[in-house]
Amino acid sequence: VTDPTTAVAIASAVRSGDTSAVDVCRAALDRIRAHDPLIGAFRSVDAEGALSRAAEIDGRREELADLPLAGVPVAVKDNICTRGWPTTAASRILEGYRPPYDAAAVERLREAGAVIVGKTNCDEFAMGSSTENSAYHVTRNPWDRDRIPGGSSGGSAAAVAAGMVPLALGSDTGGSIRQPAALCGVVGLKPTYGRVSRYGLLAFASSLDQIGPITTSVADAALAFQVLLGHDPRDSTSVEHAAPAAAPHDAGGALGGLRIGVPQALLADGVDGGVLEALGRALATLEGRGATLKTIELPNSRHGIAAYYLIATAEASSNLARYDGIRYGVRPQGDDRTLGEMYERARGTGFGAEVKRRIMLGTYVLSAGYYDAYYLKAQQVRTLIARDYAAAFAEVDAVALPTSPTGAFRLGERTADPVRMYLADVFTVGANLAGLPAISVPCGFTEGLPVGLQLMAPAMKEATLFRIAGAFEAATDWHLQRPVSS
Amino acid sequence: MSVLTRAEVARIAELARLSLTDQELELFSKQLTSILDYAEQLRGVDTSHVPATSHPLDLAAPLREDEVRPSLSPAEAVAEAPEADRAAGLFKVPRVVGA
Repeated sequence: VTDPTTAVAIASAVRSGDTSAVDVCRAALDRIRAHDPLIGAFRSVDAEGALSRAAEIDGRREELADLPLAGVPVAVKDNICTRGWPTTAASRILEGYRPPYDAAAVERLREAGAVIVGKTNCDEFAMGSSTENSAYHVTRNPWDRDRIPGGSSGGSAAAVAAGMVPLALGSDTGGSIRQPAALCGVVGLKPTYGRVSRYGLLAFASSLDQIGPITTSVADAALAFQVLLGHDPRDSTSVEHAAPAAAPHDAGGALGGLRIGVPQALLADGVDGGVLEALGRALATLEGRGATLKTIELPNSRHGIAAYYLIATAEASSNLARYDGIRYGVRPQGDDRTLGEMYERARGTGFGAEVKRRIMLGTYVLSAGYYDAYYLKAQQVRTLIARDYAAAFAEVDAVALPTSPTGAFRLGERTADPVRMYLADVFTVGANLAGLPAISVPCGFTEGLPVGLQLMAPAMKEATLFRIAGAFEAATDWHLQRPVSS
Repeated sequence: MSVLTRAEVARIAELARLSLTDQELELFSKQLTSILDYAEQLRGVDTSHVPATSHPLDLAAPLREDEVRPSLSPAEAVAEAPEADRAAGLFKVPRVVGA
């Protein structure tokens, strides 16, 4: 394989017979064995299952032409169900849990010929921006192992950045695909809300959650998106919207006629100087490819974090009520006399600090006397934020922002201060609140740490993101930079 | 600014069915107060006549025929339970009736 880091190249080589799925799988497992002890991207690796699946794909020669991800090794975030294989969402309360079914996204990957090699570490139940909330172990940034990989899909981003796999699934509730992709120097796509079925995704905040790919190239993100999208009756919010008809990826194309909006006022405070410089250069590159830049206003976006953390925690407090120590997971041994005592002890010992904090906050904002002041108010501000985007998209085709206001921070730097940690998501929550598609692509470095350019588009317009991100990638070589450790 | 006292934190923990240690009660009282303090900024936003968004997309509730379809068997359903009568396909919980 000429380029073992991309899914497009691997699938093409497996289909043509230039390589076998088994050889590709062995190479991926070797890289995981070599690099993961230093990175900690994986929660579990299914070497035996992956090799037997790869052999099975190699045995289906006549069907290979129809498999868009033939033999591509894929890592799956540990909050996405894999039948018979441990799925813990990095929580103690699900230690040892083996789901009786595959998530819809996993089914689609398997049907496309992908080989799932393992599950990746994340913040517990996807709640966090650094992967430090995993109940099991730390994941390190491949660019600087004293720093966080971002989160919550930090294991998926680190596994792709370190070259262990070309493609990993993440989930994005407030930036959990895009922010770790940015901090690890890879590509991350959050599709439009409802594009990819949430069936089998352990729910965090159902009106915000969306599954998407993390890859090293825009072409790979587009390929994975084509495989993952589609209506699924098992997710009642899954949309019945036709897939983009044309090939969504138009690498190197000119951007003539495209208008890109930049909400300058949002960049005034709290953004690292190196991030602003990288953004400025990226915007100049897009302009050089023919795009027109326009300053836009998103006046309510400054309230995005406040609205997001009230809405997401309210939904989480309801969704996580299912972890009761009865149907699955862990029930600590004890002499509970009542069902209530049993619930309280199973949940009190099974959930980690951040998950408890969010369940508490969500319970509070939904409780009698506070619902209108907090939850309802946040849902109204959400409407205003979505209206701002709608107004902007009357004038521009896409919006550009940094993905994260800073490069990767040091391990432990923000764990004591929840509000400071939450502000890591300041530029990413908008797409979730408004249901919009957004992509992060590598656009430079700040003090040696990767910076991501985030592009947002109107609902269902992922093709616009692929067009702009593809043209940007063709004009730059940021996506080809690799950390020394890989 | 709203301050969440220890007693209020304890009441929320009861609603959320979470047993918390004394240290957690203390810590969450401080941290939840600081998060709610940050969220106070929303009070200044004029939302009169603004409808609440519960979902980002304009979705109609999808309807389907109510028909019998395969699902997990009782044995599969209890397979992952920490305590169960697996042969009978029953979950085990502390006594609820007459306790």
